[in-house]
Amino acid sequence: MAGVPVRKNHTEEQKKTATKRSLSLSIRRNWQLYIMCLPGVLFMLLFAYKPMYGILVAFKDYNMRVGVWGSPWAGFENFQRLFSSYWFPVILKNTISLSLLSLVLGFPLPIILALILNEVSHGRFRKTFQTISYAPHFISVVVLCGMVGLFLNPSTGIVNIILTRLGGESINFLQDAAMFKWVYVLSGIWQGLGWGSIIYFATLSGVDKSLLEAAEIDGANRLHKIWYINIPVLVPTIVILLILQCGSLLSVGYEKVYLLQNSTNLSGSEVISTYVYKVGLEQADFGFGTATDLFNALVNTTILLSANFLAKKTTEQGLF
Amino acid sequence: MGMKEKNKESHGRIFLHKNAKVAQGGEAVLPMPGHIRGRNHGQTVTKIRPAHRKIKRGNILFDIIIYAILILLMVLMLYPLIFVVSASFSDPKMVASGQMLLWPVKPTAEGYQYLFQYREIWLGYLNTLFYTVAGTLLNLAATLPCAFALSRRDLKGRNFLMILFMIPMYFGGGMIPGYLNVKSMGLLDTRAIILIGGLVSTYNIIVCRTFFQTAIPYELQEAGVIDGCSNFQILRKIVLPLSKPIIVVMALYYGVGRWNSYFTEMIYLKDRSKFPLQLFLREILTRSNFAKEAMTGGRSFSAEEMMALIKQADTANMIKYGVIVIATAPMLMIYPFLQKYFEQGIMIGSVKG
Repeated sequence: MAGVPVRKNHTEEQKKTATKRSLSLSIRRNWQLYIMCLPGVLFMLLFAYKPMYGILVAFKDYNMRVGVWGSPWAGFENFQRLFSSYWFPVILKNTISLSLLSLVLGFPLPIILALILNEVSHGRFRKTFQTISYAPHFISVVVLCGMVGLFLNPSTGIVNIILTRLGGESINFLQDAAMFKWVYVLSGIWQGLGWGSIIYFATLSGVDKSLLEAAEIDGANRLHKIWYINIPVLVPTIVILLILQCGSLLSVGYEKVYLLQNSTNLSGSEVISTYVYKVGLEQADFGFGTATDLFNALVNTTILLSANFLAKKTTEQGLF
Repeated sequence: MGMKEKNKESHGRIFLHKNAKVAQGGEAVLPMPGHIRGRNHGQTVTKIRPAHRKIKRGNILFDIIIYAILILLMVLMLYPLIFVVSASFSDPKMVASGQMLLWPVKPTAEGYQYLFQYREIWLGYLNTLFYTVAGTLLNLAATLPCAFALSRRDLKGRNFLMILFMIPMYFGGGMIPGYLNVKSMGLLDTRAIILIGGLVSTYNIIVCRTFFQTAIPYELQEAGVIDGCSNFQILRKIVLPLSKPIIVVMALYYGVGRWNSYFTEMIYLKDRSKFPLQLFLREILTRSNFAKEAMTGGRSFSAEEMMALIKQADTANMIKYGVIVIATAPMLMIYPFLQKYFEQGIMIGSVKG
C-alpha cells in the first residue's frame, strides 16, 4: 500500500508497524515522495553545497590548471592582502553605509504605509492604490537603473530640469560619490515600498474586529487603536523581517549597485560584492576574490545569529 | 475588514487558516492598556458623550491627512512610469528641453521605428521568452512535488531534508566558487545553466509546503489512499487541482525573476546570440554613447541611420524610453490580474518563514 497512513480505524497490526516504522519501511512505502524531492535535493547538492568546497580557494594560491585541491596552500595570505589593501576600508564603509541607510529608511516605511492603508475605509480606493504601488516592483533592475540615469541626467533629465526651473543648480547625481547612497536608497524605496507593505497589510486585515470594537466602546480613538492594537499585532512579523534584514547587512543589492556605478562615483559606490566580481571574475584573481567573499559571508552569518539571539532574548521571537 | 471578507468569499480556505493563525498570534501579544481595559463603565459613558463631536471632527481631519498622503504617494509612484511612456512617443527635443512634463508632445513613433530595426533586441526578446517559459516550467516541476513531499508528516528524514534546503539560505559558497563549479561542469556559456541555475528556491518551497499543509485537508489525501492512489496520483489528482492559487503565485515569482534577471546571465554567458533581453537593455541603457558603440560594434543599423543617431543624442534617449516600455510592458500588464493571488502567497510565506 502506498502513501498516507490511515489514521483512523487502525488494526492492531497496523499500529505495531506504525510504532516500529523504520527508515527502510518508510522508503519502501513512500519511495515516490523521495523521488519527488530528488530534483530539488540534487540541485542543492550540486549548486549550493558543492561550491562550498570551493571556499578552499580562499586559502590557496589558486591555479586553474591543477584545480582547487592541487593548488598550493597559501594560508591566510589572501586575507592579509585584503585587510591591507587600499580598497578594503572603502568597500567596507560603503557597504555598511548603503545597507544601514536602506535599513533605517527602507524598513519602517512599508510598515507605516500598511498602517495608513489600513485606515482607509473606501475599498476601491485602497485596491487602486495597492495595484499602483506594486507596479515598481515588477520593473527590472536594469530598467530601474536606466530610468534613474535618464531622469538624473544633468542637462536633459527631468529632475534637473525641474531643479533649475525652481531656481536651483543642476546636480550631476551619478557623478557625485557622496550622492550615490541617496540615489541608491531612494530609488530602492520607490521600487519596494508598496510590495514590502503587503505582508504587514495582510497581517493587519487579520486583526480580530471585535477587539477594535471593544476598544472603540472604551473610548479609544483611531490613534489609540493603531498604537495599542495594530502595531502590537505587527510586532512578530516586524521582528522576523528585521532579523532577516540584519543578516544581509553586508550584502547590498550588488546587481543594482553595479549598474549605477561608474568611474567617477566609485569611491562612494564600490561595495564588497561588486569588488569581488571585479577582482575575482574580471581580473581572475580567484583566491583573493573568494577570500573577500568569505569574509563578507562570515560577517553576515555572525550578525544574523546575534540578531536572532538578541531577538529571542527580548521578544521571544526568532528564526531558529 | 472589507477586503478580508471579500477574499474570504473567493478563497475561503486559505484565508480562514491565515486569519485563525494571525488572530491567535495577535491576541497572545496584545498588551491592552490599563486605561482602556480596566475603565469602569459609568465613567466611560460620561466621558465619551461630551467628546463625541470632537472625535468625529478629528476623524475627518484624520481621513484628510491619510488620503492626502496616499494620493501623493500614488503620484510619486505613477509619474515616472507615465513619463517614460509619454517620452517614448514624444519629440525627443521636447523631452530634453523639459517641455514634455506629462503627456506626449509632438507625438511620434520614430523611436519605435529604430527599435524595430535593432535586431539584437528582438533576439534578446526571444531568448528571454524561452528562458522565462521553459525555466518557470522547470521551476514548478521541481518545486511543487518537492514541497508536497516535504509537507507530509510521514516522510522519514523530513527534518533533515528541510535543514538541507535551509542552510544555503543563510550561508553559501559565494560568487567565485559558484562560477568555478559551473565551469568545472562544463556549463559555462550554455543555455542549460541559465535554465537549471535557479531550479528551486528554498523560500518558495517553504511557501508551497505551508500551503499544502494548511489549505488542503489531510483527510482528502487519506481518502485517496483508501481508494488506492499512489503518492504520484495523490499529488496529481487531489493536491494540484486544489492548489491553483499557489501555482499561480509560484509561476509569478519564478517568472518575474527570470524575466528581469541579468547578473547570472552576465557572468555565465559570453555568446551574444544567447543573451536575454536584459543584457542588451543594459548595454543600451547604461552606456551614454550607445549609438556610437552600436556603430563600431557593426550592428544592424545602416550607416545613414547611425549618422542620424549620432547627430541626435536626443533620439538615442528616445530609444531608451522606448526600450524600457517594450521590456517592462508584459510584466506590468500581467500582474494586476494576479494581484489577489500574490497577496495571499506572501501571507502564506509569512505564516512560517
